[in-house]
Amino acid sequence: MKTSNALLPLVGVAILLAVWSLATALKLVDPVLLPSPLATFRTLWESMLSGKLGVDFLKTVMRTISSTAIAAVIAIPLGILLGSSEKLYRSVEFLIDFFRSTPASAMFPLFLVLFGVGDRTKISVAAFGAALVILFNVAYGVMNARKTRLLAAKVMGASRIRVLFDVMLLESLPQTFVGLRNGVSLALVIIVVAEMFIGSTDGLGQRVFEAQQLFDMPGMYAAIFAAGALGYSLNLLFLLIERRFVHWAGR
Amino acid sequence: MTIPASIVASGPAGGFDESRRTAPHVTIRSLSKHYPDAVIYDRFDFDIPRGKLISVFGPNGCGKSTLINMIAGLVPADAGEVLFDGRPLSRVKFGYVFQNYREALFPWLPAFDNIAYPLKVMGVPRAQRRQRVERLVAHLGVKIDLSLYPYHLSGGQQQLVSIMRALIVEPEILFLDEPFSALDYEMTLFMRDQLQRVFMETKTTTVLVSHDLEEAVYLSDYVLLLSRHPAQVVEFVPYDAPRPRTDKTLSEPGFIATKAHCLKLFQREVHRG
Ligand SMILES: Nc1ncnc2c1ncn2[C@@H]1O[C@H](COP(=O)(O)OP(=O)(O)OP(=O)(O)O)[C@@H](O)[C@H]1O
Ligand SMILES: [Mg+2]
Repeated sequence: MKTSNALLPLVGVAILLAVWSLATALKLVDPVLLPSPLATFRTLWESMLSGKLGVDFLKTVMRTISSTAIAAVIAIPLGILLGSSEKLYRSVEFLIDFFRSTPASAMFPLFLVLFGVGDRTKISVAAFGAALVILFNVAYGVMNARKTRLLAAKVMGASRIRVLFDVMLLESLPQTFVGLRNGVSLALVIIVVAEMFIGSTDGLGQRVFEAQQLFDMPGMYAAIFAAGALGYSLNLLFLLIERRFVHWAGR
Repeated sequence: MTIPASIVASGPAGGFDESRRTAPHVTIRSLSKHYPDAVIYDRFDFDIPRGKLISVFGPNGCGKSTLINMIAGLVPADAGEVLFDGRPLSRVKFGYVFQNYREALFPWLPAFDNIAYPLKVMGVPRAQRRQRVERLVAHLGVKIDLSLYPYHLSGGQQQLVSIMRALIVEPEILFLDEPFSALDYEMTLFMRDQLQRVFMETKTTTVLVSHDLEEAVYLSDYVLLLSRHPAQVVEFVPYDAPRPRTDKTLSEPGFIATKAHCLKLFQREVHRG
C-alpha cells in the first residue's frame, strides 16, 4: 500500500512518455519538431557529460545561486528590520509592492546601462527580483510573529533585542523559506531569459536559444529538460534545508 | 519564597495562618482601566494574600484577564498602583502561564530549553541552568521526556512545560489565565491535580483565572468573584478544605455549599445588567 502510493507520482511521467513515444512512433508530429524520447534523453545524457550542455548548466547554476545569495544577504536583514516595526513597513509597503509587481525583465535596459553586457547585469537583475520577493516574505514573517509568543518572551524579561533575535527571527523562518523558494525560482527565470537575449555566450537560456536557431531539436529539448531539472532541484534543495532547520513549521 | 511548610494544610483557623492573612502579598490600589467602548476598572482596590491560591471568577468579558495582565505588566493601567510587598513589578520575579500553550512555548526549542529560557534571559550560565531545571523536574516529580520538542508532547504535557517554565525562576507569584481550558476533560482533571501539587510543593502565591466554577473552588483558598465591568469585588469567598483535595472533596458538603454560594452570587451578577 505504502510503496504503491510512493510510486503514484511516476504514473504521470509514464503517461507522458507513453503518449510522446506513441506520437513519434506513429509520426503524428513532424519528427524534426519532436524527436523520440529516447533520442532526446540520449542527447541530454551525452551533452551533459561530455558536451557543452554540462558547462552551460553549471553556468546557469552559478548565476542563479549567486543572485539568490546576494538577494538573501540584502533582503533578510532588511526584511527583519522593516518587519520589526509595522509603521516602518507600512511606509515603504507601496514601493515594495510596486516594484514586486514590475516585471523584472523590464529592468534589463536600465541594468544594462548601469553594468554593461555581462554577468553583472544578469545577476543583478535576478538579485533585484528575488530580493523583493524575499524581503516581502521576511517582513511579513516577522510582523506575523505570534503575539502570545512575543508576550511570553516579554513577561520572562527579555529585552527588545533579545525578543527580536530569540523570537521574531525564528518565528519568521518558515515565511523566510517561502520567500527563498519563490526568490530562487524567480532568479532562475530571469537568468534564463537574460541568457537568451542579453548577448550571452553560455548558460542554459543561450543553449536553448542556439539549439532552436540551429534547428537542433534534440539539443533544444535536452536543454529544456536540463533547465526543468535545475528548477525542480533548487526548489527541492531549499525544501530539504527548510525541513532540517524549520522542523517545527506547520506543527 | 521561604514560607514555612507548616502552613501547608494547616487547619481552617490556625492562629499563624490568620496572622499571615493580614500581611497581603500584593496590594492593588485605585487601579483604573478603560477601553474606548467600556470602563473595565474604576478605582479598583484589592489585596492578594500571600502564599495562597486564589481563583478569579466572573461573567464573560468582565475583566479577569485584564486584571492579571495589568498586575503582571502585560497591559498598562490607566491609573493606580500595584505593589508587591511595597515594591514595583520591575523588582519582582513572577511567572505567567498563558491559556494558549501552543503559541506560548517556543517550538524551536526542546522542552528542556523552553523551561530553561527565563534563566538564559537572566544570564544564568548554561551548567547552572541545566542543574536548576533538573532540580525542578525532580522536585515536581515530572515524568516527561524533556528532550522532545513541544509539538511532540500532548496538550497537557505542553501546559505542564509552560508551568515549569514559569516556576523555574522561583517566582514570588504565579499567574495563570485559564490554563486548562484548551485541554480535554480528562487532561484538565489531571492538570488540576498537577497544579495543586505544584502549589503544595512551592507555596507560591498563585492567581488563577478560571471560567469553570468547580475548578475555581476545588483549587483555591479563595475565590475572587468579580462583577460585570466596571469590575468590582462581589465577594472574596474563602474555601479552606485541607489539601491534597481529591475527587472525594467534590462531594463534601463544604465544597458543595461554597460552590452553590458562588454560583448564586455569579448568577445574580449575570442577571443584573
Ligand atoms: N485591546 C482591547 N481593546 C478593546 N477592548 C478590549 C481590549 N481587551 C479587552 N477588551 C474588553 O475589555 C473587557 C474585559 O476583557 P477581558 O479579556 O479582561 O475579560 P475576561 O473577563 O478575561 O473575559 P473572558 O471571560 O472572555 O476571558 C471585555 O469586554 C473586552 O471586550
Ligand atoms: Mg480572559
